Amino acid sequence: MSTRTERDGGRFALETIEVAKHFGGVHAVDGLSIAIPRGKITCVVGPNGSGKSTLINLLSGMLPLDGGVVVVDGVRLRVIKPHETPGLGITRTFQDVRLFDQISVWDNIMVVLTERRLLPALLERGKSGQRERTEEILRSVGMWEKRRSLAMDLSYGQRKLLEIGRAMALNVNTYLFDEPFAGLFPQMLERVKGIVRQLRNEGRTILFISHNMDIVRELSDHLIVMDSGKLLTEGDAEEVLAQPEVIEAYLGV
Amino acid sequence: MSTDSGGVGSLMRAAREPGVFMRLARGNLELWANLVVITWAVAFAIWQGSGFAITLGTVFAIWAILAVSLNLVVGFTGLLSVGHIGFFGIGAYTVAILTSNAQYEQLRTEAIPTFGWPFFAALPVGIVLAGLTAIAVGVVFNRFRDDIFVLVSFGFAVICFNVFLNSRALTRGAFGIHEIAKPEIGSVAFGSEVAFLILALVFLAVVVLISWFIVSSSFGRVLTAIREDERATEVFGYQVTHFKLTVWVISAMMAAAAGGLFASWTTFIDPNSFILLESILLVSIVILGGLATIWGSILGAMAFVLLEEGMRFLPFLPDEYVGQARQVILGVLLVLLMLFRPQGLLGRYRL
Repeated sequence: MSTRTERDGGRFALETIEVAKHFGGVHAVDGLSIAIPRGKITCVVGPNGSGKSTLINLLSGMLPLDGGVVVVDGVRLRVIKPHETPGLGITRTFQDVRLFDQISVWDNIMVVLTERRLLPALLERGKSGQRERTEEILRSVGMWEKRRSLAMDLSYGQRKLLEIGRAMALNVNTYLFDEPFAGLFPQMLERVKGIVRQLRNEGRTILFISHNMDIVRELSDHLIVMDSGKLLTEGDAEEVLAQPEVIEAYLGV
Repeated sequence: MSTDSGGVGSLMRAAREPGVFMRLARGNLELWANLVVITWAVAFAIWQGSGFAITLGTVFAIWAILAVSLNLVVGFTGLLSVGHIGFFGIGAYTVAILTSNAQYEQLRTEAIPTFGWPFFAALPVGIVLAGLTAIAVGVVFNRFRDDIFVLVSFGFAVICFNVFLNSRALTRGAFGIHEIAKPEIGSVAFGSEVAFLILALVFLAVVVLISWFIVSSSFGRVLTAIREDERATEVFGYQVTHFKLTVWVISAMMAAAAGGLFASWTTFIDPNSFILLESILLVSIVILGGLATIWGSILGAMAFVLLEEGMRFLPFLPDEYVGQARQVILGVLLVLLMLFRPQGLLGRYRL
């Protein structure tokens, strides 16, 4: 995996133009046009069912686009295949923590570092670079001692951290975190916050979803407010948070 | 899939680990399973004499090849296929048709062409044919997973059986094919039982080596990730359909090799050897031994053969019930296993 952070493709890491997704008659994402600034922390807020997770699923190729265009590094895409997203410099975590449960913590990280092509993968047996990177990641999320455990035997907070570590192992430009702070106790919370800040300091772009307004205030540079699949408002975090009508109506703070 | 390089820490850990007898005393099921099955096999061989042991050994080797190959698909990749016997049948029938020397009376039974190929010429054809079938079937099956995959693989087994039964111009249908050739390399013929046993064990060793090579590679790790969460594996840059198809085809080719051996060993085959029930017994062996463990499949096959054949010697069991009894006992065993040890005798992974 090459580092893509040095490459500068303009002010925005990701843009969506009139992106749409319908589930039957429900417009989960309805003509959404947003721009995610490069090298910043962007937060998506909005009530439940406003299409935040669907947005991440669309950007990561987990769901096909029903309409619109996603612009990645200046390249316009109408179709994003999930296996192509690391190549586009995008990776993600899941709201419902999706680890590889019945394999070890170690292998959960190793698996995102190894060869993607079939035949080279058959001939490859854990290169030292991959091992070192895995150790580095596991130590940075504090999971080194647990490396032999199965991922399913970890606590919820540890699973959440390991999932973020797995995404970090993939050395990409843009990280999409779906509710990385949900259900964490304070100590873990600080840890995840630290990771998010560290990623930004390395020049990467982070997009995360959160319902916790304190964290949103504290972390985000850029704020996107969604409602019913549409963009309500978008802009500099402080400015958006200063709009009392937005806060009162949609975030109930 | 090793984790880290040993060092002093692991040495100290090893020193603290209890010895074999202590672990047996504490009821370590994995060790007990190994001990009981292997002791049983040795005792059985001594009691019955070498002749029967050689026969059983060959039956074991064939089942073990099948179990190890199926474990690649079921245990490592998480695709519960009950259609594996189809590939076994393709291998067996290809070898049978190409090597059989039997001349059939045109009027009395179905006649099929006689090719009279040597075994080692026919076997690769069978393996390739199974591989091609696996590609065709796999491209379609790749769309399914979990319960639906079980159903479609079930369909595959049924289709294969019906093709064997009804393509009478090729397979002689229910009449079966006689006089299937024994393997020979140059002047060395594997006509004797011992020679055939050795050949079968060599095949088993090759299959085990290939399987080990696969599962210990990065490819193997990706397979286990696919088993755990296919969509997530995809998001991390893997074209999972290619990985699944590759392991599926390799596994099918191994099963076909077992089929070729089986046909040559029995010298006569008919469609009854390739019914769905055999496929389900095979899945049971894999689950009994343990999913995602190669040695588990070998041990499972050993235990199964001993159970199956051992029952012939139960004094209180009339001969005509023996066939059914093995299924009853295996069924009961599986239910107990699922209740108390869902990962199988040696496995770590649960269905």
